[in-house]
Amino acid sequence: MRELKVLGVVIFFTLVVYIGVEPFAHSQMHPHVAPADFAFKDLPTQTKTGDANKGAESFMNAGCIGCHGLKSQGMTSPFDDATASASFGVVPPDLSSSGLIYDTNFLAALIKNPAHALNVEHKFNENKPHPMTQFYGLGGDIDQEVADIVAYLKSVAPQKIEDKELFQDACQRCHSMKYANITSNSDTEALTKYMGSTPPDLSMMIRSKGKDYLETFINNPQKQLKGTAMPRVGLTEQAQEQVISYMENTGDRKKAERDALGPKVIGFMIIFTILAYLWKVKIWREVH
Amino acid sequence: MAEITKANGIGDWFDQRLATKKLAKVMMTEYWIPKDINFLWAMGVVLVVLFKILIISGIFLLMYYKPDVNLAFDSVNYTIMQEVEYGWLWRHMHGVAASLIFLVIYIHMFTGIYYGSYKKGREMIWLTGMALFGMFSAEAFSGYMLPWGQMSYWAAQVITNLFGGIPVIGDALVIWIRGDFTVADPTLTRFFMLHVLLLPLVIILLIAVHFYSLRIPHVNNQEGENIDFDVESEKYLAGNKKESKVVPFWPVFLSKDFFVVGIALTLFFYLTFYHFNFAMDPINFEPANAMKTPAHIYPEWYFLWSYEVLRGFFFPVGPIAAMDIGLAAFGFANVIFMIFPFLDRDPIVKPAHQRPRFKIWFWILLVDMIVLTVYGKLPPIGVNTWIGFVAAMTFILLFVALPFITKKDAGGAK
Repeated sequence: MRELKVLGVVIFFTLVVYIGVEPFAHSQMHPHVAPADFAFKDLPTQTKTGDANKGAESFMNAGCIGCHGLKSQGMTSPFDDATASASFGVVPPDLSSSGLIYDTNFLAALIKNPAHALNVEHKFNENKPHPMTQFYGLGGDIDQEVADIVAYLKSVAPQKIEDKELFQDACQRCHSMKYANITSNSDTEALTKYMGSTPPDLSMMIRSKGKDYLETFINNPQKQLKGTAMPRVGLTEQAQEQVISYMENTGDRKKAERDALGPKVIGFMIIFTILAYLWKVKIWREVH
Repeated sequence: MAEITKANGIGDWFDQRLATKKLAKVMMTEYWIPKDINFLWAMGVVLVVLFKILIISGIFLLMYYKPDVNLAFDSVNYTIMQEVEYGWLWRHMHGVAASLIFLVIYIHMFTGIYYGSYKKGREMIWLTGMALFGMFSAEAFSGYMLPWGQMSYWAAQVITNLFGGIPVIGDALVIWIRGDFTVADPTLTRFFMLHVLLLPLVIILLIAVHFYSLRIPHVNNQEGENIDFDVESEKYLAGNKKESKVVPFWPVFLSKDFFVVGIALTLFFYLTFYHFNFAMDPINFEPANAMKTPAHIYPEWYFLWSYEVLRGFFFPVGPIAAMDIGLAAFGFANVIFMIFPFLDRDPIVKPAHQRPRFKIWFWILLVDMIVLTVYGKLPPIGVNTWIGFVAAMTFILLFVALPFITKKDAGGAK
């Protein structure tokens, strides 16, 4: 009985220390933020229904391919990566998968006002414009034209995409991932100048930041890291899940093995403990 | 020389040459431990098991680790964690055992303080134990540097910098410790040497002395009773096992320890597989970057209380800078436990609940150290700084008061 009381005291103080230095201290250091918003509620909602055929025409007329490639339709970027990063800081993305991986509403808002949709207005202004020129319209109803272009991008996008390819389309322009042999396609020096610092390698990000943090961070970097140069990329919920899952498969590749081995080792220890207890009772019966 | 005869078996062959039967008696079957003990008396064996886990997992890690600032991070996080079969398991076990061993060390220490197991002939046990605590601290600190993550680098930066506070030689000492003007490759390589060679050697030696120092004064018991081990052991050997106040180390004492070790290891493996962030700080999975200071720099949880004693003095007093007061307090905190047996002026060995003033002192100390630990991690802003200050002052005053309180308890007993 007394032994249990002693055990209770030890467990109590151990738990107080644990709760104090782990959950409590971390809640103080990293205040809670609102959950990820995949509806991008702060952006204007699209009301127009787009026409993909018209969109194909508008896409060409709007001059998108002056900077962007659309490889799936046989249009390659007019620049090679080195030239592109020398002129823009970062290589403009190929748009082949954009209709699938980015949110519809977000894409429309991005075309009309890149710095606003990307959440980087703190970095760009009239004197220092965002490298992507905003779309001023082709003379008709601009919202309709934007909706058409988005509809076109969606119509040429694949139905589904592999995690790795998605990661490359969404992240590789700025980030490298050494442990997956992925190197940023922008020139490091130009990119560093453009962003203010070198975007970190993402190999171990899943362990250093954790899933929860990444979920809100990728959705809206400003929420967790006020003032960061990283833009909001506008991934859909499904696309973001794929990105995080790819990061997990790179930085925490043995997670499945770990989860599978755990119960076996713990089970072994439980059996050991029971046998040790029975042996102890037998031995101590002689002396008590 | 002993007369060697033809051995009647392999056991006898060894016995004639190494006196193995006598050795087994001395070390195991006739090494007497009091019967009136609880599970806290098993912490020593739990510590031995955890230390063995650290050595074995450490040997495996050592086969792939590269002590070079350009290779260290990847050798740990890629080669060991991803490429080597079950490398992640060894690393998780190593990291979690390193953290858990400090929890058990603290339980072991507070058990000793509570039951008065550091006086009346047991001073050497306490002194070697505290020396072990110091060496384990150095071992933990040097090991934490090896993955060369953000926290490895910045903790090394902050802690080595502390030596700069020592008068006259401070600045030169910092450079001497680092082997460079900043924390750099020579720093990593020398701490690697300390971690895998010199400190483990010293620890193993100290453990041997620690165990040996138990033999003469014997293990204490729950009531602080002064047992005549010769009389009691004879009773046991004569067959009066129930009546005797002692039990042999093997198999009686260890049978209980195995059970406690079983529980401890069940918890240990649960933490290793599913709940390891407390021991392997996520920030350390970011590679060291001298250009980017992490938002919060804090040591591992087991150093937080003394770190908070350092930080607690955040304002200057007259001409003395805050940092210097903090450093002096930090130095005090790190040596004061060492001289514990000489601060306790009550000569009688009794558990704290039989010592009216010391009992209160003990629980205040425990609570104060927990407050220091928690506030050592919190950002030092607003009211936190003042709580830290009060807790640090309390810690110092407790030790200043200890000789008087124990003296008073001793007087009251007459």
